[in-house]
Amino acid sequence: MLGRTASSVFWMFRYLERAENTARLLEAGFRMALTRGGDIANDEWRSVIDTLGQQAGYEALYDEYTGAQVCNYVLRDRENTENVMRMFDLARSNARASRTSITGEVWEAVNESWMSLTHLLSRPVRETGLGTVLAMIRRSATLVRGATYGSMLRSEIYHFARTGTYIERADSTARILDVKYYLLLPSLAYVGSTLDTSQWDNVLRSLSAERAYRWLNAGRMDARGIAEFLILDQRFPRSLTFCYKELSENLGRLAEIHGVESQSNAMIIEAMDRFRTTTIDTIFESGLHEFLTGFNANNQVIANSIAEDYRFFA
Amino acid sequence: MNTPDPNFDEMRQADGTIRPAYVDYCQWLDEQDASQMRRKGREAENFFRRTGITFNVYGDDDAEERLIPFDMVPRIITGSEWRKLSRGIEQRVRALNAFMHDLYHRQEIIRSGRLPERLFTNNDAWLPQMVGFTPPGGVYTHIVGIDLVRTGPNEFMVLEDNARTPSGVSYMLENRETMMAMFPELFARIPVQPVSDYPRRLAKSLAACAPDGASDKPMVAVLTPGIYNSAYFEHAFLADQMGAELVEGSDLRVVDGRVQMRTTAGYQPIDVLYRRVDDDFLDPLTFNPDSMLGVPGIMDVYRSGGITIANAPGTGVADDKAIYSFMPEIVEFYTGEKPLLPNVPTWRCAEPDSLAYVLDNIAELVVKEVHGSGGYGMLIGPTSSRREIAKFKDKLKANPTNYIAQPTLALSTVPIFTKSGLAPRHLDLRPFVLVSPGGIDITPGGLTRVALKKGSLVVNSSQGGGTKDTWVLND
Repeated sequence: MLGRTASSVFWMFRYLERAENTARLLEAGFRMALTRGGDIANDEWRSVIDTLGQQAGYEALYDEYTGAQVCNYVLRDRENTENVMRMFDLARSNARASRTSITGEVWEAVNESWMSLTHLLSRPVRETGLGTVLAMIRRSATLVRGATYGSMLRSEIYHFARTGTYIERADSTARILDVKYYLLLPSLAYVGSTLDTSQWDNVLRSLSAERAYRWLNAGRMDARGIAEFLILDQRFPRSLTFCYKELSENLGRLAEIHGVESQSNAMIIEAMDRFRTTTIDTIFESGLHEFLTGFNANNQVIANSIAEDYRFFA
Repeated sequence: MNTPDPNFDEMRQADGTIRPAYVDYCQWLDEQDASQMRRKGREAENFFRRTGITFNVYGDDDAEERLIPFDMVPRIITGSEWRKLSRGIEQRVRALNAFMHDLYHRQEIIRSGRLPERLFTNNDAWLPQMVGFTPPGGVYTHIVGIDLVRTGPNEFMVLEDNARTPSGVSYMLENRETMMAMFPELFARIPVQPVSDYPRRLAKSLAACAPDGASDKPMVAVLTPGIYNSAYFEHAFLADQMGAELVEGSDLRVVDGRVQMRTTAGYQPIDVLYRRVDDDFLDPLTFNPDSMLGVPGIMDVYRSGGITIANAPGTGVADDKAIYSFMPEIVEFYTGEKPLLPNVPTWRCAEPDSLAYVLDNIAELVVKEVHGSGGYGMLIGPTSSRREIAKFKDKLKANPTNYIAQPTLALSTVPIFTKSGLAPRHLDLRPFVLVSPGGIDITPGGLTRVALKKGSLVVNSSQGGGTKDTWVLND
């Protein structure tokens, strides 16, 4: 396949994943605001903007963090070049550019999702309509994922799609954990005492991990346990380890298909080796923040080397 | 010229009797519930939006993607009408290809005095770079669209030849898919000749034109200007259906004397390039130096026999309406036969007598620019105001060689569905013709374009025209 097309497939799935993760983040913020209100709600909305790295743009326009403002900024504000609608625009134009590589089912799933969202986001989103919009974004992502899984040949195209998804997802999980953890640091001093479980619950919700975590830990909440789960659990589909296991599998298949070992695959094998010897204790000893920022920097290097290995650009 | 019946409707005779081609269809239609048919109409639109069959109109920023309206009433041609038509089309396309070869070689037709030399010295589409060069397999016009209009029971005429890059074939295919999805029972009742194998026939025809030395399975690629081009949907659609790569100029480079595409595994040579990029943008080293859409050096590779370009550069000469006016002579010169398909009578304004006639009768005529297309830059006398006519006359007098004129034809009609039931609308037909050393292949049917406004003669999709599924019956 063409290098440019591989790039389009890769980015199409990155943008879809990014849109979905953003929707999760807003959903968790929305829930927090509903249950707490007041300053905690505003802090929560601020952390959403922080996690997305959009504080400079947001604060240039607004003085305060309110739910409606944050949601509209993140979802549809034209001043925000990384709004969710724009992610769908980019996902769709990348799908159009790789139209001959994806199946009709995948294209229709992307195109229909884009049409529904264009319609839903053509006007400002009110609090009463937010649930519908966020559910639609998640449903769209699910639809595309299902169409991809069910209809695409397991050729290199499929592996580029999956690679895009997991590079983006790993980045997003690490970022959410980093920002939320930082926000919750004050309460960490009280570890073991009156921990604000609802805030921790919110970290998990931002990653749709609350149910799985509760189920595995019989309802106990602790900072270490949550970080361990989101970083090292082999079964949870948004954990860093899980994302890298998938990346390793897909990059491995790509190297096999091409009959050439790749730089990116070598890097992912190395990263997997590091995961195997990492425990939550070693992470906390050297600092969670340092671990997560280091992880994301390396994730970016891997993404760049995929683009280089497979000639995304001339 | 004899004036045809001004209201030739392909479905009904003047007394209301259904014509043979439509008998079975109309019988079926009578059994349908009107409200259900209206619902089907909306279904069709949703289908097109979902699959992304869109068309962008140049110069219309707000509507990057627009749907071409689809009408559910098919345009039906009987098998015997089609057989006669396709003989005429084949003859014309054979002549076109021979004409191209001659124009770029000995120019016998000019030496013999049948065609004035000014026609191609004046023609921007004529490329000196093609002189003395014969494309692989001797094929110039790999894909041709012949625009036909009908004015009577046995009267089809050629309105235009599209030898450069005829578009619209994806609508021919998707219109049929839509009809089969909406009305499967119709196709069980009425034997309609299939069109769905067009992409396979195209792939085969292009592969047969590969340069000498290409493998048994030549590498075919479709070159598109990119996703913002108005016909991008069609480029992607055809590449997908043929199993060919869809490439952009930025994917291609000349490496080791071949045109190669950048794949995830490195550069790979291409044997046949079905390009949907105009000549001018094909090679910045040879043509427009600012072009980002083409491949620097592709013309050198082409001239050394390293790649087939379809259609060949320089075939746009035949799209010129002044050349068109000589097609009857051209057909006779190269085939030695009388043309089976007539032209629409045409006055060349370059000739003083004709110009005088056109100026005197402009209110009854259609005047077109010789290089124009898409229904732009033309005057339809009967529907234009006196001011528009006066303005157009000035342009015409200033540069008469730039214009031809034709009578305002009473184009045939077929009904479309409207809110108030069936209503006749004017239409034309563009069959698609494939040329390879193996022969000429015409897919039964083509693209029917229909004017949606009552009485309108402009069927172009860029000006609000729609399309219909085109049936050739298996009788």
